[in-house]
Amino acid sequence: MAAGRPSADIDHPATYAGAIDCDLHPALPGMHVLLPYLDDYWREMVSVRALDRLNLTLTSYPQNAPLSCRPDWKLEGGAKPGASLEAMQSHVLDRYRPRIGILNCLYGAQVMHSEDMAAVFCRATNDWIRDEWLSRDARLRASIVIPAHNSELAVAEIERRADDPRFVQVLMLVSGEVTLGRRQLWPIYQAAERLGLPIGVHAGSAYRYAPTAVGWPSYYVEDYVAQSSAFENQLQSLISEGVFAKFPGLKLVAIESGLTWLSGFIWRADKTWKGVRAEVPWVTRAPSEIIRDHVRFTMQPIDAPDEMAAIMRLIEHLESDELFLFSTDYPHWQFDGDEALPSGLSETVLQKILYGNALATYPRLAKSNSAMEVSA
Amino acid sequence: MSTLELDRDRPAQGKLRVIDCDIHPAMNAWTEVHPYLAKKWIEHLTVFGSHLRHAFSEALTHPRMSPDAARVDAYPDEGGPPGSSLALMQSQHLNPNGVAFGILNPLRWNPGSQRNLDFGVALTQAMNTWQVERWVKNEPRLRASILIAQEDTEGSVAEIEARASDRNFTQILVLPRTDEPLGRRRYWPIFEAAARNNLPIAVHVGGTNGHPSTAGGWPSYYMEEHHAVAETMQSVVSSLVFEGVFERFPTLRVVIMEGGLGWIPSFNARMDKHWSRLRSEVPHLKRSPSEYVREHVWFTTQPMEEPGRASQLIDLFDRIGWDRLLFSTDYPHWDFDDPRHAFKAPLSEAQRAQLLYGNAQAFYGIG
Repeated sequence: MAAGRPSADIDHPATYAGAIDCDLHPALPGMHVLLPYLDDYWREMVSVRALDRLNLTLTSYPQNAPLSCRPDWKLEGGAKPGASLEAMQSHVLDRYRPRIGILNCLYGAQVMHSEDMAAVFCRATNDWIRDEWLSRDARLRASIVIPAHNSELAVAEIERRADDPRFVQVLMLVSGEVTLGRRQLWPIYQAAERLGLPIGVHAGSAYRYAPTAVGWPSYYVEDYVAQSSAFENQLQSLISEGVFAKFPGLKLVAIESGLTWLSGFIWRADKTWKGVRAEVPWVTRAPSEIIRDHVRFTMQPIDAPDEMAAIMRLIEHLESDELFLFSTDYPHWQFDGDEALPSGLSETVLQKILYGNALATYPRLAKSNSAMEVSA
Repeated sequence: MSTLELDRDRPAQGKLRVIDCDIHPAMNAWTEVHPYLAKKWIEHLTVFGSHLRHAFSEALTHPRMSPDAARVDAYPDEGGPPGSSLALMQSQHLNPNGVAFGILNPLRWNPGSQRNLDFGVALTQAMNTWQVERWVKNEPRLRASILIAQEDTEGSVAEIEARASDRNFTQILVLPRTDEPLGRRRYWPIFEAAARNNLPIAVHVGGTNGHPSTAGGWPSYYMEEHHAVAETMQSVVSSLVFEGVFERFPTLRVVIMEGGLGWIPSFNARMDKHWSRLRSEVPHLKRSPSEYVREHVWFTTQPMEEPGRASQLIDLFDRIGWDRLLFSTDYPHWDFDDPRHAFKAPLSEAQRAQLLYGNAQAFYGIG
């Protein structure tokens, strides 16, 4: 699989022309931008309760933490990283010229304890993304932000967006209120499968629980490192509960998961499954096979000192070069310069990572792909 | 497989020389420790029982897939649970598997997770004496672990000091599901006592602390709960590293038991990568996280990883460091690793000897 002509220099921006960037973060500057999308009751609540003065920046991504924004992608005047479309265009869209960029908005709407408030703010967030981002740059697509802790409201929000082909995915945080395989979430998966929307699971926590099984760590770096552990646990949940057996057309994209944990994960999961599969008789295939069929992973961050060796090792261990999707994770600081991918990948692997795998993952992108190429 | 043929040619005792770093002894009945418990604690146990952050005081909310999580052939003829008969342990495990030394890790009753701290400390004292009287004195190949009730730091340090000069004990045993991550400062007096007495800290799967086994909540199935052991150990290692425990206690040695191996290289790389961005938050770290792990942390081998190809297992050992791997069987549990067949890769005689014996010999200073 690694054979073939080595690719062009990866630190040249032209390498990424035509790619599909599967992880861009537009920042919502503040609740005031949502006001036009709220009904009278919620506008009054925002005013009476001064909700617009709340800073709903997620604990998972402190605004000024080095990881939350690459130094050269910072905005003037201390604006939230990712808050400016013009900056995103100049830093990524015009520089790397991807054919498509998928927006994953990490705003606080989805984690409010009140299911009603979460649903209303998620709906407004999606409206705002549509008007301020999707409608202003034809290259952009977006994930649907949902109140994942109420399936009924979440499904209603998914269905509300279903007719707009620019919404290509449903977005959930890796750590929410219940493990992701739980049956109470299945209506969300059913709607996603029916409407051709992968479930995008992004790093981040609603902090309903401690970020580790051993309690609350002292430092942010520990929380961030533990995100990959949370992904491992959630994959095991989705597999054990039989989500992919129940919804055979469902695709799941792990976003900003860190990737390199996958080898150890499949070895352990396959072995455990062999030992205890009687407990979950609906899991009729090894976890590694289920992952190959249903789960995809965005590339950044690549947690390895030698990224090229790490990718080739993963491809060998997972016996597939179709699992990885190009991402810059803009504006998060995961790579420097233009090295969004390690250099030395074969042309075949590079094409798959840059766009082939994404087209196979997102039905809504594949549908409009030929038209887009013409217009580009 | 050809290895089976080879085994037939030579008696097992002749070629195997093993230090088993994880053996679980059990009690026939709780009354076995009565001689070592004050009367008030015997009464307490009878009246109030075990009191944990957990729905059942004496059962697991994710029932295992076999009774007592044990091998079906590990039940003694004379009755009692698996691991309760020394004679069976000798005839079934120590003798045929060439065990020169075996480290005992008693898991019952979760003394370190008891909410009543005085009771927890009393339990550790009793079970530590029980290990010596019931096992080590009757079988010179066995060694005991100093159980501590880690939430009572003072009681833990006193128990460590009480046992430190007793050569029957080889290490201090903590279960990873502590009330707070193990690296937090409340536990540092324990590390100080460990370093002072040159005793390693063993962290063996288990414990209850009220926190779900995952950051996303409680799993439904044992298949998930069993998997989450690996991520739990990741968090223990991360906590010890980022809190600066190894900066403060430069001679401290930790062995992670039964947490799996496949995650170690990638987890080290992840810690390094994100530390390099976020290091201003943890200025007390003088080196990269993986350097601390490489120098201070060992891992027991069971349950052994089974990658698709043998070369991948060798590559994994290369990346962890061969000298950091301590062989363990987990006798008498269901996922027991046989020293003849555990490593599904071609090893040289020297490599095999290092993994089965040499590393643990150097680590524990026994044999």
